[in-house]
Amino acid sequence: MSIPSNDKPETGAFFGRDRTWHSPALTPGYKTSVLRAPQRALLSLDGTLSETTGPVFGHGMIGEQDNDLIHNFAKPGESAIGERIVVHGRVLDERGKPVRGALLEFWQANAGGRYRHKKETYLAALDPNFGGCGRAICDDDGHYAFRTVRPGAYPWPNGVNDWRPAHIHFSVFGHGFAQRLITQMYFEGDPMIWKCPIVNTIPDKAAIEQLIAPLDWNNTIPMDARAYRFDIILRGRRSTLFENRLEGN
Amino acid sequence: MLRSIDILKETPSQTAGPYVHIGLMPNSCGIDGVYAGDLGSALVNEKTLGDRITVSGRIFDGADTPVRDAIVEIWQADSAGLYNSPSERRGTADPNFTGWGRSATAAEDGVFRFETIKPGRVPFKDGRMMAPHVTLWIVARGINIGLHTRLYFPEEAEANAADPVLLRIEHRARVETMIASRNGNDYTFDIHLQGTSETVFLDI
Ligand SMILES: [Fe+3]
Repeated sequence: MSIPSNDKPETGAFFGRDRTWHSPALTPGYKTSVLRAPQRALLSLDGTLSETTGPVFGHGMIGEQDNDLIHNFAKPGESAIGERIVVHGRVLDERGKPVRGALLEFWQANAGGRYRHKKETYLAALDPNFGGCGRAICDDDGHYAFRTVRPGAYPWPNGVNDWRPAHIHFSVFGHGFAQRLITQMYFEGDPMIWKCPIVNTIPDKAAIEQLIAPLDWNNTIPMDARAYRFDIILRGRRSTLFENRLEGN
Repeated sequence: MLRSIDILKETPSQTAGPYVHIGLMPNSCGIDGVYAGDLGSALVNEKTLGDRITVSGRIFDGADTPVRDAIVEIWQADSAGLYNSPSERRGTADPNFTGWGRSATAAEDGVFRFETIKPGRVPFKDGRMMAPHVTLWIVARGINIGLHTRLYFPEEAEANAADPVLLRIEHRARVETMIASRNGNDYTFDIHLQGTSETVFLDI
């Protein structure tokens, strides 16, 4: 029996995923899902070691500019064009515990809504000083921060006139492979959010609101950048109370 | 009023979209110089213990077209059956094996590929040994929440027949969807998102 503490990694299985809170696989309003959605029932399992363990990424792998999208692709002395913003928040699990050491990777379009990608055909201009990717590792309180420019909205082929609201894509590694998550962050007050077929794959309005970052006025840097706050919740673990485990803890 | 147990809700998943490579493998799509290399591109080095294998395959959609904009991640035990993770309490894994890899499906033919080692066996929760396996996680445009599955090895027929996870599959013909095909040290594991050979995906 173990008492969860910050000093000892936890080994319990994760809480079952509430799949009603997430999008179903098949969401015809988002057309690409139609041929890519599994149709059979998933096989539900209580997590084994293969899912309760996961890779860790040390702070050592993070370069100085990895969390600065304004400069990490820019020529020396230059910077990306657009509204300067700071995005920060905490990664917690469903129990409210900080997920220390979580690796976040993020990517986005530039201020005009254009991605730096060979398959991208939108007519908005590329910014020679903007690559569009960054990453950060959470500190012991689960806190992360990065600086970037506010991405533009962009049109995409789905309906005749569908646009993505301004968003930043996030990939998150917690402590177990079962926590692996990719999601998107939206911006408070954007009316486009509610028109988006990808946003609307999520059935519950409260769940959608969990993806909308409020303007964090108090953390705005005067004469420099506005701040947005985006907290991320990963699955929580059961404590290993009363579970006899082979490893004897 | 009944006192509530405070539990937060998991952040909802959203599709990785068509440009996931910018975020996860920028060097592979021409965004050079931001990171030294793409994360997860090497699981092994020259000192890694165990039998060297390759795992490759394609992901087919419901029209049997290969998905060419996906990212596949794998997670597996080392050759002794230990995970390179702080949550691994049974021993210390091979320091020369990361256990985690990431591969984009190629834009031309949709093939993903990993150079790794054959994993050792890992116990199930009740102590029975699971057959050697590799855990896979798949994200792509059109996939709203990442898909988990496992690859098992065809030469492990006896272990596979007793594997506590494979035993849970009610329709026995579907077990085959989780077993790779083998050619020497090279394994092929094709994934079918839909259809009669739809891969068994896991809710774990
Ligand atoms: Fe996007």
